[in-house]
Amino acid sequence: MHFTLHIWRQENSKAKGHFETYHIDNISSDCSFLEMLDQLNEQLVNDKIAHPVCFDNDCREGICGMCGLYINGRPHGNDDGVTTCQLHMRKFNDGDEIWVEPWRAKAFPVVKDLVVDRSAFDKIIQAGGYISVTTGGVPDANTIPIPKYVADQAMDAAECIGCGACVAACKNASAMLFVGAKVSHLGLLPQGQVEHLDRVRNMIVKMDELGFGGCTNTYACEAECPKQIKRQNIARLNREWIGQMFGRDRKN
Amino acid sequence: MILDSHIPEGPLAEKWTRYKTSQKLVNPANKRKLNIIVVGTGLAGASAAASLGALGFNVDIFCLQDSPRRAHSIAAQGGINAAKNYQNDGDSVERLFKDTIKGGDYRAREANVYRLAEVSGDIIDQCVAQGVPFARDYGGLLDNRSFGGAQVSRTFYARGQTGQQLLLGAYGALSREINRGSVKLHSRHEMMELVVEGGVAKGIIARDLVTGELERYAAHAVVVASGGYGNVYYLSTNAMNSNVSAAWACHRKGAFFANPCYVQIHPTCIPVHGDYQSKLTLMSESLRNDGRIWVPKKKEDAEAIRKGEKGPLDIAEEDRDYYLERRYPAFGNLVPRDVASRAAKERCDAGYGVGATGLAVYLDFASAIERLGKDVIEQRYGNLFQMYQKITDQNPYEVPMMIYPAVHYTMGGLWVDYELQTTIPGLFAAGEANFSDHGANRLGASALMQGLADGYFVLPYTLQNYLADKIYEGAVSTESEAFEKAEKAVRERIARLLAIKGNHSVDYYHKALGRIMWEDCGMARSKESLEKASKAIAELKDEFYKEVNIPGKAEEMNTELEKACRLADYFELAQLIVADATQREESCGGHFRVEHQTEDGETQRDDEHFMFVGAWEYHGADTPEELHKEPLEYEHIQIVKRNYK
Repeated sequence: MHFTLHIWRQENSKAKGHFETYHIDNISSDCSFLEMLDQLNEQLVNDKIAHPVCFDNDCREGICGMCGLYINGRPHGNDDGVTTCQLHMRKFNDGDEIWVEPWRAKAFPVVKDLVVDRSAFDKIIQAGGYISVTTGGVPDANTIPIPKYVADQAMDAAECIGCGACVAACKNASAMLFVGAKVSHLGLLPQGQVEHLDRVRNMIVKMDELGFGGCTNTYACEAECPKQIKRQNIARLNREWIGQMFGRDRKN
Repeated sequence: MILDSHIPEGPLAEKWTRYKTSQKLVNPANKRKLNIIVVGTGLAGASAAASLGALGFNVDIFCLQDSPRRAHSIAAQGGINAAKNYQNDGDSVERLFKDTIKGGDYRAREANVYRLAEVSGDIIDQCVAQGVPFARDYGGLLDNRSFGGAQVSRTFYARGQTGQQLLLGAYGALSREINRGSVKLHSRHEMMELVVEGGVAKGIIARDLVTGELERYAAHAVVVASGGYGNVYYLSTNAMNSNVSAAWACHRKGAFFANPCYVQIHPTCIPVHGDYQSKLTLMSESLRNDGRIWVPKKKEDAEAIRKGEKGPLDIAEEDRDYYLERRYPAFGNLVPRDVASRAAKERCDAGYGVGATGLAVYLDFASAIERLGKDVIEQRYGNLFQMYQKITDQNPYEVPMMIYPAVHYTMGGLWVDYELQTTIPGLFAAGEANFSDHGANRLGASALMQGLADGYFVLPYTLQNYLADKIYEGAVSTESEAFEKAEKAVRERIARLLAIKGNHSVDYYHKALGRIMWEDCGMARSKESLEKASKAIAELKDEFYKEVNIPGKAEEMNTELEKACRLADYFELAQLIVADATQREESCGGHFRVEHQTEDGETQRDDEHFMFVGAWEYHGADTPEELHKEPLEYEHIQIVKRNYK
């Protein structure tokens, strides 16, 4: 297969970016999108015309959440339930023109080319996306039975890989699906109850502070999430946010 | 030099308790005056940093990804072992200990392994308290599955994403400490050099991967938890950025590197399909709970499948060879990984392999789907089946999966004593980066157990024992000559690589190195193949230093430069792996020397001559390394032939 690629090039966070066009031939349909970019980079290094394209990637099996490209206007490209590293070239037609951009969101500034800075997600988690237990001194694991359907729902939400596709897909660059997933995961479990309301408040306040937009319920995030995290998590987040306003508040 | 493993006195079952009650402590007011560096944010690194931070130490933690949550522990699929005996099937600390020692082919240290089994239950308690959503049964209690090398069900799991959930638990604990200010996170930073002053570890030189600047960090102790070195084979199940360089920097500075030849080849991975391929994807060992492995009984059937004339469904039940069930009736499809991998290779080499290349065997779920229904299988392995389908474009609910062995885990690593301290005082190694617990072969679901055991329950004690004397030393300065020299060495190394400006990319050399290692130092090794490999690596290394082309500068984000620095270390490591494999004239676990096998093709150990840990000392880039031996003494366990039949 052969393709025409229009790739966003930007030297660093301060420089002005632009699209650059490249042609690539002899691509196998079994090859992944990132392996196609590897071959482009190999070509660029060998031809000594341009520097290789920087893009984030690591596990290449769809679980680390490091890769994330905006391909032909869709986060992670035109397949459902996959990350960019699991997108295969068989999903494209021979001769296609492909536009490749980094995530576009104020809270995710571009670092270089297709690499963005997603440390805002870490900061939201640091604000309260955990259960505060210190190592040791915890009860036996089977002390508190948890109904299977509750554990399963918590697991559904916990599958989020923090790639940022939800933010990239959202016209407001909202992080509600990401935050909702973490709040659901921990809030559904009995162990997460103690800090539940504080967690909801602290994470949402941090999310707003970092420049993520508000949610207007278009659910582009759900449609593009590679782990198919459900929009019900956003509903739960909204409900809990209202709940915490009327609920116990140890600070007052 | 005599390697002292510092194993505490007393009966095996009391050693760890005795250690903990007699070790030195640091009082809370002094803890905040002590700095610790942790390199790596996987299960071992994140759990260590979180636990040490919670104790009150000042911790700096480093990862090369954009977030600590990306570390490759996240990709572990099947589960984590613990001797809880929740299933009432006869499990105990003693049994987990014995299974692990036997699984490692009697090449691991008794005391370390016993401690691992002892704390395994605490890990599950800790993770549940953190909100890890382990699988549960309908009564709401924790569920278990079986893994290779065990006859009990002791593996806890969270669908096919156990590693992810455990890592997110540790990442949560780490995030809490970052929020409290006890841990400082340095993401997109790579450790380039260890700083040693007066024979003691004092800090590291790290490269900011965004700006390319070199930075100095000082500490009273350094913990390396940077994972394994499987990527020396280029194609492996490791993440693209997994590398040996942090551990190798320690090795260059005097930390011994133990048992490098013990590499685990995982039997169930998606087969190689093209030379553009960048990595191999694992299909969890848990699949062997319900999947049956087979190849055609008749060579003509295998040939027809390879040509595409027949499919697996055309082969009648009686014409299928379920070779693991045939050869190992007691453990069947759940034999340990090294055994299953070799058996697959044996069938394929004999001409029974399937797939276009003939380098694949079937993993078949038809009988499990018939017995349990598609829903149950989907619940258990849904994400793995989806992953398989996305990669291969085939539906594993309808046709059997095709799998083949691939490099997965490295049992070897930095030599550590009972306290997880390397041969450099003040330098500790945890998780896959050390060599300590798995002998010559790791059992499935034990890597997660070891990473978390080291981080949550071992290092918080042993580091304190080391740091108790450091309270008199005051802050460590980064202005010393040792830091100066270490930084200069990194600068020179980078400049040398950038100056070459040859004609081939870094990946070109990495792929070539991987091919040498896989062909001649992979699943089967011989004296001849190792000699051949040694020569080929040396030639390739020379060519690399003359012909590699790295575009760009040092003072910017430069992924080619990152890869080149790592590959330079892989060349040295590859030579050491080959030297270690040559030296070890026996077959054990993942190390299979064709000269040493039984009549039916099983490994043949030589306990009389090789019951030792091979720890290597570095003497310079082009000088052969020196072998030191730590004898393995088994007081508690009876050594027998490893038999899964």
